[in-house]
Amino acid sequence: MQWEAVIGLEVHVQLATQSKIFSGASTAFGAEPNTQACAVDLGLPGVLPVLNEAAVAMAVQFGLGINAEIPETSIFDRKNYFYPDLPKGYQTSQMYHPIVGPGEVEIALDDGTTKRVRVHHAHLEEDAGKSLHEDFHGMTGIDLNRAGTPLLEIVSEPDMGSAKEAVAYIKALHSIVTYLGISDGNMAEGSMRCDVNVSVRPKGQETLGTRAEIKNVNSFRFVEKAIAYEIERQIELIEDGGKVVQETRLYDPEADETRSMRTKEEANDYRYFPCPDLLPVVLDQAYVEHLRESLPELPAEKRARFENELGLSAYDASILSSTRPMAEYFEAVKDSCNDAKLAANWVQGELAGQLNRENLDIVDSPVSAAQLGGLICRVSDETINGKAAKQVFMALWNGEGATADEIIEAKGLKQVTDTGAIEAMIDQVIADSPVQVAQYVEADEAKRGKMIGYFVGQVMKASRGTANPQQVNALLKQKLDQA
Amino acid sequence: MHDKTLTELAAALAAGEFSSRELTESLLGRIERLDGELNSFITVTADQALSAADAADAARAKGDAGPLTGLPLALKDIFCTQGVRTSCGSKMLDTFVSPYDATVVEKLAAAGTISLGKTNMDEFAMGSSNENSFYGPVKNPWDLSAVPGGSSGGSAAAVAAGLVPAALGTDTGGSIRQPAAFCGITGLKPTYGRVSRYGMVAYASSLDQAGPMARSAEDCALLLGTIAGHDLRDSTSVARGVPDYRDELEASLSGLKIGLPKEYFGDGLDPEVETAVRDAIKVYESMGASIREVSLPHTDLAIPAYYVIAPAEASSNLSRYDGVRFGHRCENPADLIDLYKRSRAEGFGEEVKRRILIGTHTLSEGFFDAYYKKAQQVRRLIRQDFLDAFEDVDVLMGPASPTPAFDLGAKKDPVSMYLQDIYTIAINLAGIPGISVPAGFVGNRPVGLQILGPHFAEQQLLNVAHQFQQATDWHRRQPAFGKENA
Repeated sequence: MQWEAVIGLEVHVQLATQSKIFSGASTAFGAEPNTQACAVDLGLPGVLPVLNEAAVAMAVQFGLGINAEIPETSIFDRKNYFYPDLPKGYQTSQMYHPIVGPGEVEIALDDGTTKRVRVHHAHLEEDAGKSLHEDFHGMTGIDLNRAGTPLLEIVSEPDMGSAKEAVAYIKALHSIVTYLGISDGNMAEGSMRCDVNVSVRPKGQETLGTRAEIKNVNSFRFVEKAIAYEIERQIELIEDGGKVVQETRLYDPEADETRSMRTKEEANDYRYFPCPDLLPVVLDQAYVEHLRESLPELPAEKRARFENELGLSAYDASILSSTRPMAEYFEAVKDSCNDAKLAANWVQGELAGQLNRENLDIVDSPVSAAQLGGLICRVSDETINGKAAKQVFMALWNGEGATADEIIEAKGLKQVTDTGAIEAMIDQVIADSPVQVAQYVEADEAKRGKMIGYFVGQVMKASRGTANPQQVNALLKQKLDQA
Repeated sequence: MHDKTLTELAAALAAGEFSSRELTESLLGRIERLDGELNSFITVTADQALSAADAADAARAKGDAGPLTGLPLALKDIFCTQGVRTSCGSKMLDTFVSPYDATVVEKLAAAGTISLGKTNMDEFAMGSSNENSFYGPVKNPWDLSAVPGGSSGGSAAAVAAGLVPAALGTDTGGSIRQPAAFCGITGLKPTYGRVSRYGMVAYASSLDQAGPMARSAEDCALLLGTIAGHDLRDSTSVARGVPDYRDELEASLSGLKIGLPKEYFGDGLDPEVETAVRDAIKVYESMGASIREVSLPHTDLAIPAYYVIAPAEASSNLSRYDGVRFGHRCENPADLIDLYKRSRAEGFGEEVKRRILIGTHTLSEGFFDAYYKKAQQVRRLIRQDFLDAFEDVDVLMGPASPTPAFDLGAKKDPVSMYLQDIYTIAINLAGIPGISVPAGFVGNRPVGLQILGPHFAEQQLLNVAHQFQQATDWHRRQPAFGKENA
């Protein structure tokens, strides 16, 4: 039997506000436990939440970024359950009237095509604290620094059919939220966390199979592996005559498998009801329009512009628009050298390779966009040849000079285009290579084409790489043919 | 000094008849001598009060005294007070010392008032008799065998007994007005949103409202002006100017249109209470007010709707008392569930548990629409009843409670206790202000006249109440309890 998977995702994005969603405490990551939790975050008797406007603005920006409906009114509800790191015994969330309505995210597939994944809604909520199970001698420590951090939960429709599509979707979300600057997108610090819903059904069947939810998968790679494992598990289960039960599962990256956490029967009844401490959020049209106008160019638009206006290939356009720092870097290089294709080649070639080798992010590149742009200028105006350019790039990388020009000057890499000087070098090489010259003279045209490489190499070597290779080639041919 | 109103005490302090320290010492002495029997205080903060009194006297000597400087009062033990236990009448918070002050506490302190301590109350403000306190019941100073009402019973009894000239209470379904009525004092529940709830331990967030309890409407006006106003820390507080509530106290009531809701004079109303209330209304007639009967047709739905909404909110609000961060924690918990179960089972009293259970049930899957949603619909109807009535009349009047104070231990089953609040609960559901003023006695037990107005009509309510107090002296009567030979 042929099976197909149906995948939907709930992605929790931590919003990059300075303070928490309902209190003035800082949201900075990595502080000493419980030093960034105020009376409101601790849920002390008598405290009340006050909504952080910045979180609202960020949520709306996201909604606008995915062309979603922005409802005029959204309402906070309480989701009631007991857990030690949930200080109030309820999480303030939006169950029935979310801040962002239905929208769409375009994802890029491996075959170069794109697909639209529908977003059901996105809602604001507060994060819980953390339970620390180590170092407490059999007890559990509670760190409430994270309690009250604003989260935007983005709920997709079950529009994805494979682990790869799911990863492409998360990458697209990651790219949108970082472009918008509404999240740092740092997966390692938990700034994006995914719950994955997976079901399988016979290919062609309309009705959905029973789904399992995999909680808290926190990297692109784990999302892919967890889904792949879960699809396999469900298919095997059904083929062996079993039935998938609706349940919550946990992905264990070490064992690379998912395990049952709780079944539907054990599921909590969260007793949602509107939070009486918070007023409904009413967004007027002018506010939404103001945010719309201040929206930056988003990845999909950028990709299209790179392709259509800058003439880049679909592949280049997609890579260079994938993250905001990458796109910003590329555009800065392009602006300073005025050659989009060369800029694209350099950013994706030499720079990407070197960053990769040293495991650096583009924002940490030792070579700035202006430096790289300056270098490319010297390549396109033929001040240096391609070989010297790589030397200059490495010198910039190693901090041997502030600009390409400085390094070219210091290292004497300026391309030699003076015909006289080149001819002199050629004459010397011919004089030093009587055997090769003799062979050349006797060879036919086809052989000569191959043999000339030897002489070019000798001349370039003599010029320490600075001679213009095209000129060397042409002059050599002339002289040898006369020999 | 103990029988004076706040306004009179303010004048005496200003005139130098006595100092704030003398006044404070005198009242602390009365608390010391009398409160053992009354049990109106949970915590007396004598040391802090005396140093605050000295500071007030020093401020006055420098010419820095405001209208409230140096005036003693008490706070219901539901308001968070920095460095002072805030128990909410519960074993759960018996050891809880708040690290911060409630907004109203800050405002009263900034105005120079002196808190003598924290008054007794029904646990988490759930009750109508003050018998649900972990610290034991409060007695009614007019009759020590009677309850003082609840949940702000300690505040009402302390004011009535002359232990403090005024106190702050809170009112979720009648918890200021009913004890004010039972104890023969004046108590105002402001419009929902008029006074910040920040730092007030939550019972039912959409209904809770703090307000003054004092010996006169004039004193309530003075206090309300101090505690009212928008608070950036409470999103449900309303950004609306705060007038000087004393400005309109003397306005004439000639032409005032008073509505008597017929539902507030029906079955279950004690005939002697009715007589006292109708006599009070005659006083208004004599001042030139016109009286007409009105109807609030959904009145009989108020108690059922309240006992869905309030417990629902309470069940969520009280989830934070889990033994993890503060409050009561059971000994040697075996595991997390055991910690939750025993901490809560030991820390909460019976009525609190009952309401948590009711609220948990009404919010549960499968019951939410039938209970919570329906109750919210009813709530809108009740609010509309009042809005309709205020199209025709300026204020509504009726009894604050169907009976005078009942005997301690008299109401054993919860529902008969809930029915006590039949005339007060709808007001919280509608969010409008209400005031109870002393209007006579049944035997030795006081009767309260309740006056209701539209949203934010506190100024008018205080005017109407004050004019009654200019024409009568019920509010000046004092119980035999606490009368001492000077």
